Amino acid sequence: MSKQAESETFDPVDLFPDATDMDLRPGVDKCDKNGNCETVCPVAEVNEDFPGPKFQGPEQWRLTRKGDIEFDESVDKCLNCMRCDTACTNDVPLGQMHNVARANYVKNQKNHASREYLRNKMLANYGTLGKLGSMMPRISNAVFGLGATRWLNEKLLGFPSERSFPDFATQTFRGWWSDRGGDATSAERAREAREARGETGVDKKIAFFHGCYANYHQTEVAKSMVRLYESLGYEIVVPEQSCCGTPMFANGMLDDARGVAEENVDTFGSLVEDGYDLVATCTSCSMALRKEYPELFDIDGVEEVASHMFDAVEYLRVNEDLEAELAGADVDFPAMTYHAPCHGEVMGVEGIVTELFADVDGVELDDTGDVCCGLAGTYGWKDEKYDDSMEIGAEMFEAFEEAPGEVALTECPMCSAQIEHGTGYEVRHPMELLETALVES
Amino acid sequence: MAIEDDVLVIGGGIAGLSSAIAAAETGARTRLITHKQSTLGNASGLVDVLGYAPDDDTPRADPYDAIAQLPAEHPYSKVGADAVREGLALFDDAVGDRYRGSHSAANALVPTHAGSVKPTARYPRSTAPGLVSDDRDMLLVGIDSVTGFDAPMAADHLSAVGVPFDVRGETVRFPKSFPQDADVTRYARALDRDESVDDGTVREVLADRVEAVLEDERRVGFPAMLGDSRHEAVRTELQDRLGVDVFEVPTGPPSLPGLRLEDALYDAAEDAGVRITSGNPIVDFDADGGRVQQVLMDRLGSEVAYEAQQYVLATGGPVGGGIESDRDVVEESIFGLPVEHPEDRYEWFDDDVWGDHAYTEFGVSVDDDLRPVAGEEVQFENLRAAGNVIGGYDFATEKSGCGVSLATGYVAGSEAGELT
Repeated sequence: MSKQAESETFDPVDLFPDATDMDLRPGVDKCDKNGNCETVCPVAEVNEDFPGPKFQGPEQWRLTRKGDIEFDESVDKCLNCMRCDTACTNDVPLGQMHNVARANYVKNQKNHASREYLRNKMLANYGTLGKLGSMMPRISNAVFGLGATRWLNEKLLGFPSERSFPDFATQTFRGWWSDRGGDATSAERAREAREARGETGVDKKIAFFHGCYANYHQTEVAKSMVRLYESLGYEIVVPEQSCCGTPMFANGMLDDARGVAEENVDTFGSLVEDGYDLVATCTSCSMALRKEYPELFDIDGVEEVASHMFDAVEYLRVNEDLEAELAGADVDFPAMTYHAPCHGEVMGVEGIVTELFADVDGVELDDTGDVCCGLAGTYGWKDEKYDDSMEIGAEMFEAFEEAPGEVALTECPMCSAQIEHGTGYEVRHPMELLETALVES
Repeated sequence: MAIEDDVLVIGGGIAGLSSAIAAAETGARTRLITHKQSTLGNASGLVDVLGYAPDDDTPRADPYDAIAQLPAEHPYSKVGADAVREGLALFDDAVGDRYRGSHSAANALVPTHAGSVKPTARYPRSTAPGLVSDDRDMLLVGIDSVTGFDAPMAADHLSAVGVPFDVRGETVRFPKSFPQDADVTRYARALDRDESVDDGTVREVLADRVEAVLEDERRVGFPAMLGDSRHEAVRTELQDRLGVDVFEVPTGPPSLPGLRLEDALYDAAEDAGVRITSGNPIVDFDADGGRVQQVLMDRLGSEVAYEAQQYVLATGGPVGGGIESDRDVVEESIFGLPVEHPEDRYEWFDDDVWGDHAYTEFGVSVDDDLRPVAGEEVQFENLRAAGNVIGGYDFATEKSGCGVSLATGYVAGSEAGELT
């Protein structure tokens, strides 16, 4: 048959139509084993027994298709940084595959009566723990600070005694927000700011996803965000919300994660319908709503929530002329070193802060470069992973040491815990720096 | 509100990086947007200009003298030989003493992992002792668990092409074992760290094992896995222990020489003041009156606008993602620029695997200022193309990939910068 005749009679069809919910096959088939993911995996770098992202993703998926081979337990050692996603030149959804593989392993193969499972369950549901702790913050801080508690935590639950639990704020962010007059006060302050800025008639409204950490621990970050956004004319609402689910993904507890995702999509989905954009100060929270929810759950409205979810610095960069706002600023801030969280890199927001402050008077800002802190949410809070966590972090600690800055700057609360633990540096959030530059000066 | 710069370069490979550096050096505020962090992990790290002229199987001794004879649609014909020299000069400045080859306009001949010989204009310092023009005898050493480099086979192939020295291949065991199918990065890091193993450290034991098979060769080639962050120290120590020159043979992805080159070029771009944004693709654009107004980035479902006066398109060819095709049509993937191609898709390729495939030359057509055209008509006055998104040449056959990227990147970037 001639080529021409062949083309008229033979027209191949797609064997595998485009991805439907949770169908990983199209993603698996894109993997050509070029190994670029391996070169950026922080666990592979320190742990020679860890088979790496290519195995955890496409290869495990293929191996387990027939159901007669179990998931390899090494998937539990993946720290969910998702750096492999940013390195893959073929768009293989490695992070999604790791989440699915880990959930399968934890649900079907892990001993649910083990100490480790109980501890992971506690870590995964930190939102509940945080809520209890924050009810009596002073007592919680005192109890968690006791040597005896730390010893017990290590022996009974497997938390590394080297780490100290983060202090609970004496008042939660939500408590502060409600004392301040809640959404109504914010609307009023934003309206005044818009008038002063000559922006009357402009709709500027956002819903704040504060997550667990900014509510119970780093409340100053959330407060800075509120004051900064309001000064730029944004009225803020702070709806009731659940944990974003990041610690649940990381511990393979996908059913728990689906529960919180459904609640959050419901709440924030209706706000999106009412014209709100969504903002979080924690890059893992924003990444969960923006990337992991739509990758993992088929929930009504999940795409709308995802496409309206922004990192707090990114949102202002996109919607305001921040360079002009900062042009006249003169900030008295100590020299700083910025660390970009992995989840910020995955969303593509890692360059924004250093770029914005490059020419601002009074700001000296260096960068730790492209390194993972090693704490990775709940990873470094497990005694069997503590050594790997610190070894991964070593490169970042070194970068802080070498940079002239004495204060650290990062978006992620868990990176900040690791920086404090490994370097003793004070850690600030870009929202605080921006507030100093734009509101206070 | 769009994020504004003077020049916006789309693409993070060699063409994008050289465009951005050239634009920034004119004083223009320049941003480079790259979808993925890592693109050069797939590249050999060798920088070729023109290894073979079209329809000629003889390697070119001088890549420049053949440029005048290339067809009019070839990107080199658009920019001219001087632009190629400028592009190489930009490269030499950016990488400093990490590379060799700038002393001469002639091509160097570098052995490949398959035992063929590649004519190339610049090569990493770690490759230099392996040049085929050097007549010292050579030992190639493979690692039994590293599948990408079969040293005895490569040595046989080199002998068969008539290199002016004796070459042998030997295979040794690495001093440490790794899980099956481990990538070369694991080996490189073990050499970086030089951990203790039975009978010494990783570097010591590797040197011992090679010494046991070394006869009177004066140079030894390994697959490109001799260290990642400390690769110069690793190679130097192996040279000292063996008492002969040690070099790397470029190997497939993930390619450490490619990744080292990527680091060097990104550092140079940052030093030049280029603002780098990575992690999300540019997917769309707005235009008005023949000018690109802004381009739109897809941030996981939401679109963000980036605006500049001048744009450089350096998104790569059919493999890099800059050119895409479906059953009916081939076109450029962001601006929908036309790509000349046969109507019948069965003519896009040849039945012979090593035959002349039409798709290898798919890409946009450009004018002498590298602005994409449809027929004769410039599509956007402020958009230039650089690298493999431009059609009309087969980089794999000619061995011209990096050279075209550097030359067109230099021209597109510096012209875009000067216009702002």
